[in-house]
Amino acid sequence: MSKEMENLKSEIIRSSGVNPKKCMRCGKCTGTCPAFDEMEYHPHQFVYMVESGDIEPLLNSKSLYKCLTCFACVDRCPRGVEPAKLVEAVRLSVIRKQGANHLKADDIPALLDDEMPQQAIVSALRKYSK
Amino acid sequence: MQRIGVFVCWCGSNIAGTVDVEKVSEALKNEPGVVFSTNYQYMCSQAGQDIIKDAIAEHKLTGIVVCSCSPRMHEATFRKTAAAAGLNSYMVEIANIREQCSWVHKDMQSGTEKAIILGKAAVAKVNLNAPLTPGESPVTKRALVIGGGIAGIQTALDIAEAGFPVDIVEKKPTIGGKMAQLDKTFPTLDCAACILTPKMVDVAQNDKIRIFSYSEVEEIGGFVGNFTVKIKKKARYVKEDVCTGCGICTEKCPQKKVPNEFNMGMDNRRAVYIPFAQAVPKVATIDPNYCTMLKTGKCGVCAKVCTAGAIDYTQKDEIIEEKYGAIVAATGFNPISMDKFDEFAYNQSKDVITSLEFERLTNAAGPTAGKLLRPSDGKHPHTIVFVQCVGSRCDACAEKGKEYCSKICCMYTAKHAMLTRDKYPDTDVYVFYIDVRTPGKAFDEFYRRAVEEYGVHYIKGMVGKVSPEGDKLMVRASDLLANKQLNIAADLVVLAAAIEPDKSARPLATMLTASMDTNDFFTEAHPKLRPVESPTAGVFLSGTCQGPKDIPETVSQASAAAAKVIGLLAKDKLMGNPCVAQSNELMCNGCSSCERVCPYGAITYADKEFRMPDRTVAIRRVAMVNEAVCQGCGACTVACPSGAMDLKGFATSQIIAEVDAICK
Ligand SMILES: Cc1cc2nc3c(=O)[nH]c(=O)nc-3n(C[C@H](O)[C@H](O)[C@H](O)COP(=O)(O)OP(=O)(O)OC[C@H]3O[C@@H](n4cnc5c(N)ncnc54)[C@H](O)[C@@H]3O)c2cc1C
Ligand code: SF4
Ligand code: SF4
Ligand code: SF4
Ligand code: SF4
Repeated sequence: MSKEMENLKSEIIRSSGVNPKKCMRCGKCTGTCPAFDEMEYHPHQFVYMVESGDIEPLLNSKSLYKCLTCFACVDRCPRGVEPAKLVEAVRLSVIRKQGANHLKADDIPALLDDEMPQQAIVSALRKYSK
Repeated sequence: MQRIGVFVCWCGSNIAGTVDVEKVSEALKNEPGVVFSTNYQYMCSQAGQDIIKDAIAEHKLTGIVVCSCSPRMHEATFRKTAAAAGLNSYMVEIANIREQCSWVHKDMQSGTEKAIILGKAAVAKVNLNAPLTPGESPVTKRALVIGGGIAGIQTALDIAEAGFPVDIVEKKPTIGGKMAQLDKTFPTLDCAACILTPKMVDVAQNDKIRIFSYSEVEEIGGFVGNFTVKIKKKARYVKEDVCTGCGICTEKCPQKKVPNEFNMGMDNRRAVYIPFAQAVPKVATIDPNYCTMLKTGKCGVCAKVCTAGAIDYTQKDEIIEEKYGAIVAATGFNPISMDKFDEFAYNQSKDVITSLEFERLTNAAGPTAGKLLRPSDGKHPHTIVFVQCVGSRCDACAEKGKEYCSKICCMYTAKHAMLTRDKYPDTDVYVFYIDVRTPGKAFDEFYRRAVEEYGVHYIKGMVGKVSPEGDKLMVRASDLLANKQLNIAADLVVLAAAIEPDKSARPLATMLTASMDTNDFFTEAHPKLRPVESPTAGVFLSGTCQGPKDIPETVSQASAAAAKVIGLLAKDKLMGNPCVAQSNELMCNGCSSCERVCPYGAITYADKEFRMPDRTVAIRRVAMVNEAVCQGCGACTVACPSGAMDLKGFATSQIIAEVDAICK
């Protein structure tokens, strides 16, 4: 693992508070994830790839923005790994580098339409208002 | 003045590698009382023991100090050596210069210094030692087995076989345990009832075995060889010795809507019931929670139909007191509750069941007479999903499940899947697994057969959610190897629920003063070398109350526990521990502090006459220790405010002498 990846990995682990070593690779998170079809990398893969330092593909993946932050994976993981927090931490590591180009909470109402499910609004606020 | 010999052991290079043994034996030569000091490669060897014996004779030693490994290792050895040379065993002290010295130090100088100090402390103690003689206590030649599952049954049969009487206390109306509920058993697929019920009959017919069914242990007193146990025989409102087990009452009782626990609540029984046809004892029991006669005084149908006149609505709980030499815990296990696992919809759909319920659904004596039918609509299921590891292998912090692997689920799930495909080839069977764990004789072969011969779909991944939709159960799961999410419309979902010790095991352990682990499994005295004994003398462990096990393992362990019990009951007398508490009557002020702290109830009080300085006689209340009950824990010696309690062999003066020697 390169020094850079090493640093990124420890930053992701630190900011998420997740210990990926606890994962027993059961796949219950992925078995439960409602965004499975949208996501190129699934929650158990986030856990595995962060642990093995294979983080580059995650940084460039759309999956970061497809996670609904529904926390189903967090609720059901038998080992208390909390994969969603890891997804979030990887996402933040990208966003933070890009400067302040993320949504502000105030911008959201203008983007809403009637089709948008309630859950998406809540998760958008949760995700983009950091 | 004592004549003390010091023997410093090298333990090969274990001690000699970090401790200059020559220097140690030289330094200790000059300690008060020491008349002889030497060192040798292996003190515990025959040659080493001979050195000790010869020195005792030659130098007329009155006490010895062995500087060696932990007393847990060889104190008994050296005590025997001393006794063989005519020296009282309790004149032997061990200075632990291995575990507490050479193994934890790296440089020779500090290791040697510490070894000398530890040796000095032991010498200081021996100077104050006095010969002690252990008391003897007789052994009650009867064993108690708590729990009548296959574990308790096997242990009882083996003890009885050796000629000792055994009592089984079983809290349910019949013995048999979980095995009585199983259909066929892996890995050979013999029917559980066919191999279990003959053993139950053997128990019933063995004149050395008494069964206290529908009974619980209320109180345990005493100690190894001499336990006194109070057993509560719960009122079953049927005279056990009169009931013929004809079952007519269980057919005529008008109270029909009682959930049948033997069939996991999947059908109903009457308020008066016999759990199953081969129950032992085959005697009816009236359930007081449902019997209208007991609740309202109206009915009495069973008493009218019983030709034997066995029904007795006035029966009361009965307490039986009995003495035992040994006690075996065989309290077994239960599947954990699925209440917290909402994602599997166990409480939402009748067609989500546990594996134990599945056993009943396929059992010829079960609620469907052995036909695999959905509990909701009685239809034959065509797609069945088995989920392994439900509640097993969870994180310690996740309050939903257990941290350990339940060990038996991989195998029984393979069994269920295989039997289903065998009987109903038109069903699709999926098994979701994290790992398939099959260590055991003919176990992996069994699992491979399920896959290769019976075409069970084994999928590496876990079910994330089960949602009832119409008459289907939508199962969403991951297939990790294909990196896919699967959605299966199932008719039946079977959860391999983790197993846990019976809830009554914890209070029982308290009564037994036996230790348990954080999961409430009984702990063994040594995980490898004493696996069927509890650290509490006279208490033995049999079956799943000690940890998850299948039947072959349970039975082996049950027989091993019996062997240990037989070894104990074969003795006529047990040597006690002479290092017990002793109260100095002249100093005791009868305050009761010691009685309050003694965990074994070894302290009583008596009024004694004392001659006072002015020649009058005063009567004072003083503490007395029952030496047979005292375990020598020493709690009372620190609780006593007047310093009247002391422990033989560990007197306060001896401990202070050791501390002084160390601090000098
Ligand atoms: C679904 C399922 C399928 C299985 N299939 C197989 C198989 O195919 N092959 C195999 O080898 N193993 C199988 N097993 C494992 C098997 O059931 C156990 O190994 C076995 O039953 C353990 O026996 P036991 O006597 O230790 O415990 P139990 O069977 O639980 O017996 C304990 C007994 O003690 C009684 N008891 C509990 N507490 C007290 C108390 N305080 N006072 C008095 N009595 C008390 C209980 O009522 C019970 O009768 C299966 C288990 C399950 C859950
Ligand atoms: S939080 Fe994200 S990764 Fe986790 S289950 Fe929900 S959508 Fe999937
Ligand atoms: S549910 Fe938890 S333990 Fe299982 S694969 Fe996902 S993160 Fe790992
Ligand atoms: S109580 Fe009477 S009727 Fe009921 S099973 Fe016993 S003998 Fe038969
Ligand atoms: S030493 Fe322990 S067991 Fe013995 S009498 Fe004192 S408190 Fe009780």
